[in-house]
Amino acid sequence: MAFPEPKPRPPELPQKRLKTLDCGQGAVRAVRFNVDGNYCLTCGSDKTLKLWNPLRGTLLRTYSGHGYEVLDAAGSFDNSSLCSGGGDKAVVLWDVASGQVVRKFRGHAGKVNTVQFNEEATVILSGSIDSSIRCWDCRSRRPEPVQTLDEARDGVSSVKVSDHEVLTGSVDGRMRRYDLRMGQLFSDYVGSECGRRCETGREDGGPARGTPASLTYPSLLQGPITCTCFSRDGQCTLVSSLDSTLRLLDKDTGELLGEYKGHKNQEYKLDCCLSERDTHVVSCSEDGKVFFWDLVEGALALALPVGHGVVQSLAYHPTEPCLLTAMGGSVQCWREETYEAEDGAG
Amino acid sequence: MAARDSDSDEDLVSYGTGLEPLEEVIRSKQPIPLQDQTVRDEKGRYKRFHGAFSGGFSAGYFNTVGSKEGWTPSTFVSSRQNRADKSVLGPEDFMDEEDLSEFGIAPKAIVTTDDFASKTKDRIREKARQLAAATAPIPGATLLDDLITPAKLSVGFELLRKMGWKEGQGVGPRVKRRPRRQKPDPGVKIYGCALPPGSSEGSEGEDDDYLPDNVTFAPKDVTPVDFTPKDNVHGLAYKGLDPHQALFGTSGEHFNLFGGGSERAGDLGEIGLNKGRKLGISGQAFGVGALEEEDDDIYATETLSKYDTVLKDEEPGDGLYGWTAPRQYKNQKESEKDLRYIGKILDGFSLASKPLSSKKSYPPPELPRDYRPVHYFRPMVATTSENSHLLQVLSESAGKATPDPGTHSKHQLNASKRAELLGETPIQGSATSVLEFLSQKDKERIKEMKQATDLKAAQLKARSLAQNAQSSRAQPSPAAASGHCSWHMALGGGTATLKASNFKPFAKDPEKQKRYEEFLVHMKQGQKDALERCLDPSMTEWERGRERDEFARAALLYASSHSTLSSRFTHAKEEDDSDQVEVPRDQENDVGDKQSAVKMKMFGKLTRDTFEWHPDKLLCKRFNVPDPYPDSTLVGLPRVKRDKYSVFNFLTLPETASLPTTQAPREKVSQHRGPDKSRKPSRWDTSKQEKKEDSISEFLSLARSKAGPPKQESNPLVNKEEERAPESSTNQTVNKGVDAQAEGEGSRPSMDLFRAIFASSSDEKSSSSEDEQGDSEDDQAGSGEANFPSSQDTDLGETSSVAHALVPAPREPPPSIPIQKMQIDEKEEFGPRLPPVFCPNARQTLEVPQKEKHKKNKDKHKAKKEHRRKKEKKKKHRKHKHKGKQKNKKPEKSSSSESSDSSDSQSDEETADVSPQELLRRLKSLPLRRQ
Repeated sequence: MAFPEPKPRPPELPQKRLKTLDCGQGAVRAVRFNVDGNYCLTCGSDKTLKLWNPLRGTLLRTYSGHGYEVLDAAGSFDNSSLCSGGGDKAVVLWDVASGQVVRKFRGHAGKVNTVQFNEEATVILSGSIDSSIRCWDCRSRRPEPVQTLDEARDGVSSVKVSDHEVLTGSVDGRMRRYDLRMGQLFSDYVGSECGRRCETGREDGGPARGTPASLTYPSLLQGPITCTCFSRDGQCTLVSSLDSTLRLLDKDTGELLGEYKGHKNQEYKLDCCLSERDTHVVSCSEDGKVFFWDLVEGALALALPVGHGVVQSLAYHPTEPCLLTAMGGSVQCWREETYEAEDGAG
Repeated sequence: MAARDSDSDEDLVSYGTGLEPLEEVIRSKQPIPLQDQTVRDEKGRYKRFHGAFSGGFSAGYFNTVGSKEGWTPSTFVSSRQNRADKSVLGPEDFMDEEDLSEFGIAPKAIVTTDDFASKTKDRIREKARQLAAATAPIPGATLLDDLITPAKLSVGFELLRKMGWKEGQGVGPRVKRRPRRQKPDPGVKIYGCALPPGSSEGSEGEDDDYLPDNVTFAPKDVTPVDFTPKDNVHGLAYKGLDPHQALFGTSGEHFNLFGGGSERAGDLGEIGLNKGRKLGISGQAFGVGALEEEDDDIYATETLSKYDTVLKDEEPGDGLYGWTAPRQYKNQKESEKDLRYIGKILDGFSLASKPLSSKKSYPPPELPRDYRPVHYFRPMVATTSENSHLLQVLSESAGKATPDPGTHSKHQLNASKRAELLGETPIQGSATSVLEFLSQKDKERIKEMKQATDLKAAQLKARSLAQNAQSSRAQPSPAAASGHCSWHMALGGGTATLKASNFKPFAKDPEKQKRYEEFLVHMKQGQKDALERCLDPSMTEWERGRERDEFARAALLYASSHSTLSSRFTHAKEEDDSDQVEVPRDQENDVGDKQSAVKMKMFGKLTRDTFEWHPDKLLCKRFNVPDPYPDSTLVGLPRVKRDKYSVFNFLTLPETASLPTTQAPREKVSQHRGPDKSRKPSRWDTSKQEKKEDSISEFLSLARSKAGPPKQESNPLVNKEEERAPESSTNQTVNKGVDAQAEGEGSRPSMDLFRAIFASSSDEKSSSSEDEQGDSEDDQAGSGEANFPSSQDTDLGETSSVAHALVPAPREPPPSIPIQKMQIDEKEEFGPRLPPVFCPNARQTLEVPQKEKHKKNKDKHKAKKEHRRKKEKKKKHRKHKHKGKQKNKKPEKSSSSESSDSSDSQSDEETADVSPQELLRRLKSLPLRRQ
């Protein structure tokens, strides 16, 4: 009573480079935090998946068993298992401790762009360029998926899962939200015409080290969606598409709440996310920066220079202002300016 | 540990310090001392002297109980599903495999189980056993077993008992009289006092006398020959210590070498009764005790008197013989044949009235005189073209005649040939040729044509050969003519074609092959005497008959192999030409307006589509979400059956490429009931129904022939205002002679028009079938409408000769149309229709005014499109309103269609100069009229 309400600290943005992990696994296709943000996973183009402590910069384990580059990974809620999908069209369920492959789900006709666990890690949802999302049951021994969501008309680039929803983004320019509780599918068209005619194929060709995984979309598509995510409060959805625009949509009505521009995303499948307290919108860019916009105002808050290449993937810590970015073959860990390493490990 | 760490440092975290690696034990050359020697089994496991069951080696796992995994099961497998068939574990499940082996504690040997073993103590065997026991070193050891053995009786015993048999008796019909006991043979010496002859004789006689006639006796039981093998090393007939003699002091005076122990069996029971006077052990080599009065002959002096001097039959009456009974017995039996069976007869059985017929035995066949009992293995020669001669020689040497084509050897026969030889019905292929895929009508037409040609050929032949027309198939032969009729009919279906020449069953014999081919040709032409005609007249009757069979069989074989080939292919599961296709009920509608909405940043309702979506039940369970549709078995989006062909599938206008809507054409689900058009007459095809049908089918075939890649050159856009002139493109003049289809399209109104009229049904939820019908009717109307100009064109094009004359005055085709149609019907061909031959001069006159206008059209087009879109929306709106009313409007439709007939017929007549705007106007007015 006597004490006044503590003044809320202004949100701090991670802009201090804390660590650079040289992953040694070719290009890092994706970097992901685990559920509590203490560890991170890097998906390499050399068919391996690595588990790190990003703050200390120590490698904990290497998971090898994929037949082609790993494109996405996710950890379960209890940190006991991982799932990953890759260019070998397979979705793999790993045991974290032993590093062994527990299950390998085959059935996709194309490479798997994205994988997600559901909340209880009983189902793996995988989106593939074969324009389907498959729900694999981790509990039973069934080799075929529980359900295949094949409403997308083009490759699926992003899948996110909440407790009762599946949010998918597809190259056909639609964001589809499957609501299991209501038994309804909401399809939002967000694509607009691609700003630039995308070149087919990569310029430098071949899976060279540091080359981002290109979506290599054929020309004149209608705003392929590269990434979708829920806001942390579950009310909004953030969509990024290849017209270098991020849009914040109201989840229930599909109305546009905000639009964020300034970065460059015309060619590659880049990640975007919201900061830990939904204050900022964060996105990768093809010009080597990470862009931070204020969520409400839509103004550019920070353009964090990472390097010269394409910032290919990023992951935001679930509770702290901590950011991981992947560029080329390395992963950078960023913290806020005021952050001090606790035990001198940094 | 340490070694491994160094290998994979990068991905392992090490805690503490690793143990020193174990030193490799160097095996010394010295012999291992005794205390270090170990016993291992074949898998290298230590054998210890303690175990779970055997107390011997190899129980447990490395000196422990349990397994490699310890006591925890390796994986938890839920038994919820297979609880029922969970087996109860027996002790064997916990034993090692060594225990079950031959020398283990539970050896697995094949043993008759209790169910199948005889349940009774077999009397006969028992007797034999008793005998064996009596001769065993320790006599009477089996007596104890007998006391304990439970009395179980087999079915046979019970049956016998029911029939009146008692234990101890023999089996068989009862005899009337006890067989007369034979008198003692005078050859056998009897020591001691003879009984007074009178008394003994008399007693026997009295016995006979006292026996009444109706008293019968059971036959005596027989004792089987003891077949127990000799398993000791004693000499033949050695009896160690004869219990009879040793215990009771009787000295068996009489040896019977052949009878063995069986002789004593009869009196075994009396052992203890009459001979119990002596106690103590006595016998050969036992000496004589001091208390003994008599000096027994302890040294077994052999006297010849102990032996039979003559081989003779035993006393027959004692019944100790089984099937090895001596001759006398057998004779006796035969003499008693007339004896009736007097025992009880079981229920349901009766005594056989006549005896079983004895088996007749045949003598073995007489061997031929030159038979040598040696098998000669013929050398195997693979049949290739080079060694066919050799093979023939070989086969001839083997006594075979010329190789039969059907029965070469089993290696030359394929499955169908074997099936043929075995008399199986040949596999009916689903379709033997392309012809099968034709419709019934087409088939009939083919048949007619074929008959016509056949007839013609036959007539020609008849003329040239001066043979009567009886050979032609047009005059059906009487079925009873010959046995060849059957295969004749079987082959009549065009299976054995002229191309059968690539199947050469008689390639070895060119003459024969020639005859065979000739036969095929004849048969193909439907001559029933084909066989007779092609056979070599110089051959003997037998040879001809043989060849006839061969040819017939070969022809059938060819047909059957053909059918087996075709049976490997099946029809497609989903027919290509089915009119229904399953599509999601709700489609994400056109992106065009959404795109504009996105451009205007009007997200929300405009950009959102909401569908009913059914998650899988299991998925709901895994997500801990209640199933939103607990009663539905549907998964995913609800799907409905829709007609496959829509108008827009046929109107493959080049315009679609330039339209922003590159979505799948089936999104515009506007139906077109092509084939069953006649069943549902709409107002568009009542007056000129047959004409319309024809034009539609023509249009369909035309469209299908083009269905592949849309390769017609891209016409510049045709605006709906400009359709007054049917042709638009400038470059058409160059190749218009070749591609008439494009011209036909050029004359059509633009795609936009059709879409504006018909495309509205796709985005509405067609919840009721009524609605769909209403939609489809509209579509039907549309398709009919769409056909107007094109059908005209195609008609003109197809019947070029007629069209040529007509083109200068294109306003008056209607009267000529029926004629054209008939002509078309007559010369109808099969398969996709060829592009119509076109007369360039005729069309040019119409094209001329088109050319200049075209450029302007393009400019106007965009503005028009916007306009059109608005119209479309309006139309949609109106349609919604009408939906409800359409339901009860159904019966009135016919009348309304009649009312529109007049205008239709008008429009038909004016098709040539009716403008698309006019059409549009009329179409728009139609729903209003319906109200």
